[in-house]
Amino acid sequence: MIEVIYFAWVRERIGEARESHETSAKTVRDLIEELKHKEERYAVAFSDLSAIRVAIDQDLVDMDSSIENAKEVAFFPPMTGG
Amino acid sequence: MKISVQAEPFDYGTLSNAFAQGHTHVGAVVTFCGIVRDDELGGLSTMEIEHYPGMTEKAINAHSQIAKNRFSLAEVLVIHRYGSLKPGEMIMMVATAAPHRNDAFQGAEFLMDYLKSRAPFWKKEIVNGEPRWVDAKPEDEDALSRW
Repeated sequence: MIEVIYFAWVRERIGEARESHETSAKTVRDLIEELKHKEERYAVAFSDLSAIRVAIDQDLVDMDSSIENAKEVAFFPPMTGG
Repeated sequence: MKISVQAEPFDYGTLSNAFAQGHTHVGAVVTFCGIVRDDELGGLSTMEIEHYPGMTEKAINAHSQIAKNRFSLAEVLVIHRYGSLKPGEMIMMVATAAPHRNDAFQGAEFLMDYLKSRAPFWKKEIVNGEPRWVDAKPEDEDALSRW
């Protein structure tokens, strides 16, 4: 079981800030495929992966990173700080 | 290093002054503050800043440490606000102290470039009553390549 967290418009499109998710996914990319099959709102939020950034346990990673030991996976748009 | 992610306003003058005091091996201090700008001829009413508590502090800490080592900084201060801000309000500040000014300037620019696109903040503008997320700019990503 992992915690999946969403920020900014990813959160708005999915309609939740966080959820616990039972997964058999090995990588971030697999996890996204799993989520997209759950419901249409996930498919909408993840329709363009070039607009999605991901962090595992609060470190920025890429889509092919392993989630096998992850506690927390966060999805969000490119950051706009400063 | 002092890092603060906070909703409350900060006193730029007092913090800058305190930051510049009490060093004997520092020859240069650079301070920068970012301000909410209305590009919409009065149409921007609010800027809402969301962040990822925990990761934000971790990312700023990591980049401040890199800046400190790389530019031989004696001290670093980063403050970044979140929540609901009005045009003209200060969003964030960076201060760097170094023996020489080039390092202090470069350290501050490095931190600014990384805060823009590697610290987990997202801005939403309310323009003429309509909310819209601010898109990341390709040039902000490009700015990282010079480091």
